[in-house]
Amino acid sequence: MPAVQETVDRVRRIDVDQYRYGFETLIESDKAPKGLSEDTVRFISAKKNEPAWMLEWRLEAYRRWLTMAEPTWARVNYPKIDYQDLYYYAAPKPKKQIGSLDEIDPEILKTYEKLGIPLREVAVLEGVVAPEGEQPRSRIAVDAVFDSVSVATTFKEELMKAGVIFMPISEAIREHPELVKKYLGTVVPTSDNFFATLNSAVFSDGSFVYVPAGVRCPMELSTYFRINERNTGQFERTLIIAEKGSYVSYLEGCTAPQRDENQLHAAVVELVALDDAEIKYSTVQNWYPGNSEGKGGIYNFVTKRGLCEGKNSKISWTQVETGSAITWKYPSCILKGDNSRGEFYSIAISNGFQQVDSGTKMRHLGKNTTSRIISKGIAAGKSQNTYRGLVTAHRKATGARNFTACDSLLIGDKCGAHTVPYIEAKNSSATFEHEATTSKISEDVLFYCVQRGLSQEEAVGLVVNGFVKDVLQQLPMEFAVEAQKLISISLEGSVG
Amino acid sequence: MGRQRLQMFGKKRMPLLEVKDLQVRVEDREILHGLSLMVNKGEVHAIMGPNGSGKSTLSHVIAGKPGYEVTGGQVLFNGADLLAMAPDERAAKGVFLAFQYPVEIPGVATMNFLRTALNAQRKARGESEYSTPDFLKKVREVAARLNIPQDMLRRGVNVGFSGGEKKRNEILQMALFEPALCILDEMDSGLDIDALRVAADGVNALRSPDRAMVVITHYQRLLNYIIPDFVHVMSKGRVVKSGGKELALELEESGYAQFEDAA
Repeated sequence: MPAVQETVDRVRRIDVDQYRYGFETLIESDKAPKGLSEDTVRFISAKKNEPAWMLEWRLEAYRRWLTMAEPTWARVNYPKIDYQDLYYYAAPKPKKQIGSLDEIDPEILKTYEKLGIPLREVAVLEGVVAPEGEQPRSRIAVDAVFDSVSVATTFKEELMKAGVIFMPISEAIREHPELVKKYLGTVVPTSDNFFATLNSAVFSDGSFVYVPAGVRCPMELSTYFRINERNTGQFERTLIIAEKGSYVSYLEGCTAPQRDENQLHAAVVELVALDDAEIKYSTVQNWYPGNSEGKGGIYNFVTKRGLCEGKNSKISWTQVETGSAITWKYPSCILKGDNSRGEFYSIAISNGFQQVDSGTKMRHLGKNTTSRIISKGIAAGKSQNTYRGLVTAHRKATGARNFTACDSLLIGDKCGAHTVPYIEAKNSSATFEHEATTSKISEDVLFYCVQRGLSQEEAVGLVVNGFVKDVLQQLPMEFAVEAQKLISISLEGSVG
Repeated sequence: MGRQRLQMFGKKRMPLLEVKDLQVRVEDREILHGLSLMVNKGEVHAIMGPNGSGKSTLSHVIAGKPGYEVTGGQVLFNGADLLAMAPDERAAKGVFLAFQYPVEIPGVATMNFLRTALNAQRKARGESEYSTPDFLKKVREVAARLNIPQDMLRRGVNVGFSGGEKKRNEILQMALFEPALCILDEMDSGLDIDALRVAADGVNALRSPDRAMVVITHYQRLLNYIIPDFVHVMSKGRVVKSGGKELALELEESGYAQFEDAA
């Protein structure tokens, strides 16, 4: 199999050693002392000027975490993490109090520009005020999180006019304590799992979104996470609340510098959709995956869960996962409201020595709840790619329906694709369908493409993009283009 | 071969394709044992022979399919060493292989595939890429000529296509890419007589003084529709007899057995 082997080797070399976002920003930062203790938790809480109830909440989580053990059931292998050898808080040292975008450290603005996240441009070029009688062009409001703190949120004022709150969660704790108190930890409780509990104790920032009843959020909301500091964990926390009859689409992107040591990322995302509300949550995850020998890279242990609290509510997760050395992530839906709907669309690409254990959980509690899972796993190099999914129907969830399709594509013969579906139906009226396929990019398909003039890399890119098309179509337009490029880069090596 | 050579010297031109004493192995088995063939622009050559005589191997080696080891001989294309080129480079230079079994590529719309391939070839030749409107105009015009419905262009490449549709899709690409050399590998396999006629008409429409075709077939039937200038009989990895179109008819009557010993 010379052609495929050559492609695979080339892909491995190019992809993992040419991570485009691997640069480091040199900037002074303010760090918590190394290690984790009650003092670290207090330090973080104090840095954020948090109210007493928030500190208590954190401390309770910390004490709980001390009693917990790291989960080992996932199909991933990594050396034991020394939780005392990490920094839990790092913030770019502000030169002075930040009042507007102009006052952000220019080094940070440059970082986001390099990443293609134009914080300033978005506000200026895309026209905060649209000309008379003209629809504003598609715009995205961005919240940029640099290490442990949010450095900028764009379009804040315009969103406020629509009644939408979009701000760093640290600010929301101070400015909207009643909302945060009411919902924080209701979907992912502090005791949920080892990594979520750790996050509850030490989370430093993240985004908060509140969409009032009947409001269709006027633009896409986006958070861009960047880990910069060495030896620093990133623990962001996102909370999105969609009131009755509202709609919001939220995008999340992530990158990190290229480093030899592994870095920990343990985020928690909670979504709450009330009656007739819809939340669409899209992620393009491109954390540093480690180098061609499997050294370095981000450990990505993330808990994402949405609660369809109200009737006819809908939560849709779409993810494109290309980075991280280890991925442990299962964006899930709890379908509590009658007729509510959960969706999970995923593309997980692993290359080099990456290990992915990802999937979803759909818990049907309400009547006539429906869910749909479309998972596309692509394994290349020496990577291992596992889909792990759980679909359950409560005994009261009459008429529950799920459709699951898991497709895996293998490139080369040193990688692995695994599918681990769990299905539990506690009432006889539930209809669960599961389909799974595993295929290889065949030599014949590649030869057909190159015979028509495509290079090997273009051919692999074309076939893979065809394979993931159903999922790409679920992404908002701006992100779909980005994601398609990212997939091409991950597998083809051609930049641009 | 004598006649061909004379023709060549008479017109003092370089052959489009020249295969010289080609020896090819697959794993430990030698498939071609010194095959020679010369094809000039404007000519249509038929290569006939029994199963296992090496016809498809020849087409694969010319197009650059991996898995074949060339142990001796040469293949020149416009005088350049074809075997030194990557398969996509050969395509851009004008080598086109119409596959016996065209593959299916799910999720990739035929239109998108055609455009990506055409632009990749043009880019490799240093030509400007087609804009979307120009490309659409061109593809619609070619498709209409070949009686290919627009709907087929929107579907995934060959996904759910009938045998006839797959072959027409190959001819569509041939018409679109305008290659200098077309190799048609067992184009008649899996086609009923009506589908065969449609495909053959498409091929005949592409005959031109600037283009050569090598038609590989097991049966004489196809050559009733695509009438060759030369016929070569292959057996056991060599060309054992060459002649004009009447050779095909001769074979139809007497079969391949007479050549088995000659090889």
